[in-house]
Amino acid sequence: MYPDERVARFITDNFIAARVHVRDQAGDFVRFGERFNAQWTPTILELDPDGVERHRIEGYLPADDFLGQLTLGLGHMAFKRGDFGEAEKRFREVVDKLPRSDAAAEALYWAGVSRYKKSGDASALGETAHAFKQRYTDSPWAKKASVWSA
Amino acid sequence: MDIRWRHDIDRVLSEAKEQKRPVLLDFSAAPM
Repeated sequence: MYPDERVARFITDNFIAARVHVRDQAGDFVRFGERFNAQWTPTILELDPDGVERHRIEGYLPADDFLGQLTLGLGHMAFKRGDFGEAEKRFREVVDKLPRSDAAAEALYWAGVSRYKKSGDASALGETAHAFKQRYTDSPWAKKASVWSA
Repeated sequence: MDIRWRHDIDRVLSEAKEQKRPVLLDFSAAPM
């Protein structure tokens, strides 16, 4: 995951990168593992500036899927702080740039929700449900969005 | 490019708050 140039650039541009090693920092691994409920490696947490976990990735992922998850996490972080414009931008980034990644269907769902939360316009949800009839049709997110169909 | 991993987690969490910047915290077994 990390040797990929795009991954390294994305992390450097968007986060303070911190690592706790299971053997070389055994004491810290136990202490922070208990604090953040991490018992397996790799476990990668996206924390907001107040140290609150906003997204969790457990296990190895290929670079595109990892990038998708990292971007999805930034979308969720923006959503939680009520910045729905930034949240939609991040979610759309996953759908547009990494459409085959595992995170894309979830990102499409939350992009629609973010647009609705920002605008109050329910057509954002209907259009999202319609989009799920064209793509990611077998995903659980398509089922969740189906209730928005007119 | 290489990622500049920090290992002083308490300090990182403090700086994140001051700088209003998110943290990527990696619990790892990869060779250091």
